[in-house]
Amino acid sequence: MEICRQNEALEIRELDPFLAELLRQIPESAQPKDSPAAEERLFSPPATPEEKVLCAEWKLYVVPELRRLFQSATETVRQDLQQLRCTDKPFANCTLRIPMAHADAWLNTLNQARLAIAATYQFSDHELCDHYRSPLGSRRDLSLFQVNFYGFLQEFILREIEEGER
Amino acid sequence: MLTFSMDRARGNRAAQCTVLSVVHIPRSALEMPTIEKQEATSEETEMPWNVVVHNDPINLMSYVTMVFQRVFGYPRERAEKHMLEVHHNGRSILWSGVRERAELYVQQLHGYLLLATVEKVD
Repeated sequence: MEICRQNEALEIRELDPFLAELLRQIPESAQPKDSPAAEERLFSPPATPEEKVLCAEWKLYVVPELRRLFQSATETVRQDLQQLRCTDKPFANCTLRIPMAHADAWLNTLNQARLAIAATYQFSDHELCDHYRSPLGSRRDLSLFQVNFYGFLQEFILREIEEGER
Repeated sequence: MLTFSMDRARGNRAAQCTVLSVVHIPRSALEMPTIEKQEATSEETEMPWNVVVHNDPINLMSYVTMVFQRVFGYPRERAEKHMLEVHHNGRSILWSGVRERAELYVQQLHGYLLLATVEKVD
């Protein structure tokens, strides 16, 4: 896999089928339907439980806005990922082009996915620092690999945003 | 960026309540209204509040720094100082001031998925 900047886009080239599949899973990972832990992390309270009025109003008015914001970012990513629907050669390497205008949506969605996965699996600090762990052991190992892989993409996007702001 | 604010939310809710009460309350009652004040006292709203960001092992350090720069307009050095404080001490106070603005900052930080809360200044 190779990532580089091409004019106003980021290009991820030579994506093998395994990594392409992990990318395809970003939208689903970002908005898990059956994980209360993930839901709790993505929509954390704005104050201690003693601030009852503030917390109640937050749930009523702010959480729906946040949900819309996150869904909008996820939808942008989902549309970009349509490029990975390789039909001719399913096992061939492919290329993903992310317009720089979508960089914030990608950062947000990758973050949603990483936080949701980590909240669901409750990774320890030791696991999170273990960057050499094989993704092939269990679903947990694969999920940890997803968190690290998505983090790597975030780092690259952040670097390019920073370069653009200089 | 979030455009919604709690002020507007409260305003909308208050407006809806007013309409309902006009429909259902008899005229005799309207002549001698009983007003329940549920709003915060001026002393409470003027009291300074802190915007606190809490540590999270998943959010990248570079991402957190960028968010602090964007939300508070801090220069990179100051944003990094706060990021490192969150990383080492578990939390950092990013801003202090009036409650409504503190809530707005926390909304923006949640939009970036940081763990942020408002706290009354002791």
